Amino acid sequence: MIPALKITALKKAFGGLPATNGISLEVKTGERRLIIGPNGAGKTTLFNLITGDLRRDSGTICMFGEEVQRLTPHERAHRGLARTYQIITLFGQDTLEHNVALSLLGLTKARWNMFTPLSALSHLYVEARAVLERVGLAHLAAKPLGVVSYGEKRRVEIALALAQKPKLLLLDEPLAGLSREERGSIKQLIADIPRETTVVMIEHDMDTALDLAEHITVLHYGSVIVEGTRSEVVANPKTREVYLGD
Amino acid sequence: MSTAAGTALNGSDRLAKNLLWLGLLIALIALPFIAGDYYINFTSQILIAVIFAASLNLLVGYAGLPSLGHAAYLGVAAYLSAWLYLKLGIAHWMAAPIALAATTLMAALFGLIALRATGLGFLMLTLALSQVLWGTAYRWVSVTEGDNGLRGLTRPAPFGVSLDDPTAFYFFALAVTVVALWLIARFVGSPFGAVLKGTRDQPRRMSVLGHHVWLVRWITFVYAGFWGAASGLLFVYYHKYIHPASLSLTSSAEGLIGVIAGGSGTLAGPVIGAAIVMILKNYVSSYIERWNMLLGFVFVVIVIFMPDGLVPGVKRLWARWSTR
Repeated sequence: MIPALKITALKKAFGGLPATNGISLEVKTGERRLIIGPNGAGKTTLFNLITGDLRRDSGTICMFGEEVQRLTPHERAHRGLARTYQIITLFGQDTLEHNVALSLLGLTKARWNMFTPLSALSHLYVEARAVLERVGLAHLAAKPLGVVSYGEKRRVEIALALAQKPKLLLLDEPLAGLSREERGSIKQLIADIPRETTVVMIEHDMDTALDLAEHITVLHYGSVIVEGTRSEVVANPKTREVYLGD
Repeated sequence: MSTAAGTALNGSDRLAKNLLWLGLLIALIALPFIAGDYYINFTSQILIAVIFAASLNLLVGYAGLPSLGHAAYLGVAAYLSAWLYLKLGIAHWMAAPIALAATTLMAALFGLIALRATGLGFLMLTLALSQVLWGTAYRWVSVTEGDNGLRGLTRPAPFGVSLDDPTAFYFFALAVTVVALWLIARFVGSPFGAVLKGTRDQPRRMSVLGHHVWLVRWITFVYAGFWGAASGLLFVYYHKYIHPASLSLTSSAEGLIGVIAGGSGTLAGPVIGAAIVMILKNYVSSYIERWNMLLGFVFVVIVIFMPDGLVPGVKRLWARWSTR
């Protein structure tokens, strides 16, 4: 079976400082993969390289058997890639449903329509509300993003990604900064993502994240140092070394 | 519950807005019947400035790309039309589409260069490109007559109606303005317009959502160039004369000041802003020699009290007053 994501010897340096120093990893289709590592390990850089937010220096990125490292971010999105951001990156002036509508528009021809009023595309808003329903925010659909809570914004982040029915979804610390109850509900949301979507997740909250993932990759100084199943990784002394600073 | 109330409020807002536009249009249609030639001509000039500012607003307000070189499109369309008419003897009905098409094509090329950057870099590139044209207009005397400008032009006579009459020209300019503002309103209210505003607010996110951010900006750049060119044709028809000053930094800056003072990213903003700039320029300059100083002062006052411009500022005041 073709892997959802296959990365080979991926390198990226900022100035002389390597952020990813030859990362190779493979994620099977339908898998839930957790990526952990201390601050500065290159986790978010890795996501930025996969989406094309950043250009790689060398190495290859294959999505579903196709090399994508030379494609632009929007071309990768059209091949089924979606992501969320660790730092909320949404449209603060607009309503929640408009935020989701912009995501839905990204993959439709209607985005080039320069004459029909946006409000006339009612199906777009019906779909946007359905997505918001899925993340439990239907009641806030018409509210501007600026007035909803941080936890709700986190859900909108996820809603934007889910709206595109991605084949490969990258979640960058979806639980960061949330209360215990909020973490529980987001965790449920992630657990409910259908298996057609392959999920790669960066997360620090090990208690929550470990339940969600089958495989774990540990990054340290831009390299993969441990990879395996949950129990293998937890039992590996290198994991302890990195996390406990032995 | 709250959603329904919100929608109802938006509905009455929209009605009020449409009534204001309708009122303005009726007042403008009535103007020639109550005002003399001086005011008719002056309002024609305001209308031309409005189209120019509205086209610039596509870049500044909706794309978030501050341009300091928009006079390039007004000037080049005006020069082309004048040159085709004077030097090649091409009739207006032929010269106008050629000038529009050629200027839009120039916008397409300039867009390739200017959109290498955003923000300050974009500002400097648009300024540099327009300064090249300004210098060319001054120096390429065999084509542009340099500092003398191109003289001896006539106004066209579409469908046999000569635009030499101030009222006829006024209604022609008004018709073009209405069409321009309507199409621009449709443009920014469309899905493409929503995407455009998205690229202004979160370009990286838009890219990751599958939007071709560069292409969206380029299309808008070309569209803004087209309406800039349209204002240039009206400009040269009105004055029957074109001088390098129309391509100058001052000319671009006047447009930009109009957009920002009126409220960038709003439809009414450039209309109000351009009118204020024109009124100051025409009235005050007959009393005070340094009218630019007063324009600068007015601009500073507006920006201090209403940082996002008059239209959003007044709207806020109105909302506060009506909910008191």
